[in-house]
Amino acid sequence: MFNFGIWTSEFNNWLMGLVQHDWLVTLIECIIIAVLVLLTYTVLALFYILYERKLCAWFQCRLGPMRVGKWGLLQVFADMFKILIKELISLKGTDKFLFALAPYIVITSSVVMLACLPWGNGLQIIDYNIGIFFILAVSSVGVLGILLAGWASNNKYTLIGAMRSGAQMVSYEISLGLAILTIVVFAGTMNITDLVMEQEKAWFIFRGHIPAIIAFLIYVVAATAETNRGPFDLPEAEHELTAGYHTEYSGIHFGFFYLAEYLNLFIVSGIATLMFLGGWMPLHIPGWDGFNAVMNYIPSIVWFVLKAFFVSYIIIWFKWTFPRVRIDQMLAFEWKYLMPLALANLVLMAVFVALGWHF
Amino acid sequence: MQIGNGTLAITAVLTGIGLVFAALLIAKLISPKSFSVKKSETYECGIPTRGESMIQFKAGYYIFAILFLIFDVETVFLYPWAVIMNKLGVQGLLCIGIFLFVLVMGLAYAWRKGALKWA
Repeated sequence: MFNFGIWTSEFNNWLMGLVQHDWLVTLIECIIIAVLVLLTYTVLALFYILYERKLCAWFQCRLGPMRVGKWGLLQVFADMFKILIKELISLKGTDKFLFALAPYIVITSSVVMLACLPWGNGLQIIDYNIGIFFILAVSSVGVLGILLAGWASNNKYTLIGAMRSGAQMVSYEISLGLAILTIVVFAGTMNITDLVMEQEKAWFIFRGHIPAIIAFLIYVVAATAETNRGPFDLPEAEHELTAGYHTEYSGIHFGFFYLAEYLNLFIVSGIATLMFLGGWMPLHIPGWDGFNAVMNYIPSIVWFVLKAFFVSYIIIWFKWTFPRVRIDQMLAFEWKYLMPLALANLVLMAVFVALGWHF
Repeated sequence: MQIGNGTLAITAVLTGIGLVFAALLIAKLISPKSFSVKKSETYECGIPTRGESMIQFKAGYYIFAILFLIFDVETVFLYPWAVIMNKLGVQGLLCIGIFLFVLVMGLAYAWRKGALKWA
């Protein structure tokens, strides 16, 4: 595969020749990285809003947004502008500091997670040797923002929403972690680049047999709950809680939660892609040399993005297929079924690895 | 020269803070402002809020938080083992089996005591 690291080191050398100061080069590169991350973040969020609205419409035999621009493509820009010019209402009785702090935490955690995802060979920003563990650690920080938002709003409905969200996200985080752990046992590394490189011949979901497939299913269910979507959207259950933890936020303040929600959808899909579906590796079928050669021509970024969109599609599909569950059903499902299953699956995978029953 | 991961992580954090700050600044500059007593009330569900809202809350959530703490720490302990599982082979499997057995006993105890029941 083409290594984007060559481009970046070329650029680095060129900049070194131009500026001559180490700290200045680092500063310029950090600013470029920040701008790139911001652009990616905004473009992805805008795309995802349209993607979900269109998919929801098609699932319900509607057309979705059609008026603004061709096929409603400019609808999201209009929405973004509208949300920017809305008034930011300051409320009586809220905890001002925590109320303002919550969006910062939610957005920052999703930006850091986005920076950890590799889009191609050498095309990632943060590359820790414990990469996947770092992503999980950062993802748990996001819960704090939601809890603070609900608590600081001085509103009982947001408090219930935040508590539900907290209980749900911390519970499903365990299954999520165990599903990822299953793949880490199989691959023997936590570095994301190494994880993807391991899948050059075949993706983990094919190589790992039954345990990998079960882990993928557990991961998708847990990820749906982690992003507060689909049948697990209790924190925002609009019939019971008005709008959940962000009821009292107005204008762009609300927009931040909205953005972070969509970005989190992309991020969990991206992790599923990296861990199970081969990341930016093309689809190869052993023996079909012609097919494999054609697949190699598709750039790695396209592979990664398309796979991530596919997983997101499944998660959006859930929402229109299953009715919303009750809080007791949701917690019982995690602690009595999903988590024990994930533990058993982990042991099964360990047995497979110890005995060498895999490709 | 490679930029260290720490620097990059800090850059990402600052980017997130910058995004929120910049968007808030733009919104503050171009959004209208008006004031009325009714508007600064919390919305809740449409009728006036009764009493305090930052109150003590259902204990059921607390039990799940404690359970989460145990199992999350357990997952953290499992990661180092997971990375070297390939090399440990059957011995590693047996050792972690004992660890997991104790944990599952803990879950079974909590389950039996009714901690997983939503009452």
